[in-house]
Amino acid sequence: MSSAKRSNEPIVWFLFGTGGFFAAYFLPIHVLLYGIAFPLGLLHDPGYATTLALLEHPLVRLYLFALLTFCFFHAAHRMRLTLSDVLNMRHLNTILAFLCYGGAIAGTICAIWLLAVVP
Amino acid sequence: MPETIILEVERFHPERDTEPSYQSFEVPLRADWMVLDALNHIKDQLDGTLAFRWSCRMGICGSCGMTVNGVPKLTCETMLMDYAPGPVRVGPLAHFPVIKDLVVELDDFLAKLQKVRPWIVRKDDYQPKREFIQSPAQLEAFHQFSLCINCTLCYAACPVSGLDANFLGPAAIALAHRYNLDSRDQASDDRLDIVSQHEGIWDCTVVGECTTVCPKGVDPSLAIQQFKLTATQEWFKSFLMPRGKN
Repeated sequence: MSSAKRSNEPIVWFLFGTGGFFAAYFLPIHVLLYGIAFPLGLLHDPGYATTLALLEHPLVRLYLFALLTFCFFHAAHRMRLTLSDVLNMRHLNTILAFLCYGGAIAGTICAIWLLAVVP
Repeated sequence: MPETIILEVERFHPERDTEPSYQSFEVPLRADWMVLDALNHIKDQLDGTLAFRWSCRMGICGSCGMTVNGVPKLTCETMLMDYAPGPVRVGPLAHFPVIKDLVVELDDFLAKLQKVRPWIVRKDDYQPKREFIQSPAQLEAFHQFSLCINCTLCYAACPVSGLDANFLGPAAIALAHRYNLDSRDQASDDRLDIVSQHEGIWDCTVVGECTTVCPKGVDPSLAIQQFKLTATQEWFKSFLMPRGKN
């Protein structure tokens, strides 16, 4: 059997797996800080200007790009599998893949655009 | 403590029935009885037509797998007392065609198992003059996966096996992993090719029920995830070095 016969899923799984890592280790930090701790006043809110200033460093933009993109693909893959297996929609697999991964690609484009236009 | 317990046993005779039904039997509730002992009591004392598989009665042969109250179990090591006061529902393993009552057809599983060549394959003409030397670390690498007894509880527990009959399945992949990790084996590339197809590891959605129900402590889910990592590395390598592989 040649490697040509192998599934093309490794790329999807790589994006999914890496996204899982980001979603488990890094995303909760952002949710905790910007979603809970700052709004509730548990920690001192650095404010919009200071947060925006953080973005001036290219590494921060690169990090946010990786965080968003991988998390989008993680969500897309999990969503596709949930719809196809739990809701028994395997016959619509091609459409689901198009919608889910298409959504992730659209999210990635939006992330690139946002990170590019933010001054 | 009640002296008896009700066993609701799934009955199906393919030549007579269109669909399975449950038949209730009242059996003694003894502290030292497994569910299999109760089934043998039914077969010996109450209804000799009940069909089920069993052999060793000590969790080694892997033939007495059945669904007990919705969970795939080896009935020889499932205490009847744990289900008191009952009733206990005993059915055949899910996701397999039923031959009769609690006996399922395993041909498909055995064909999948053979596909991954679960034995040591040598590609050289090495004739060992003495035993292969294997370090404790080399043994440790595959030991847990070698404990699989082919009881197929993992196939009955795996929702993907139920959705896709072509899925290679947990036990076959775990055993492929067992031989791929064995320092004496030389067919890891062949097995990787087989499990890397869509119906191999990529069908798995990491539900993890295979690992939960395994009566021998094997972790097929881990084997599948480790295979996914290897397959992904190979996939990227094939882009970087398209002609690198023989």
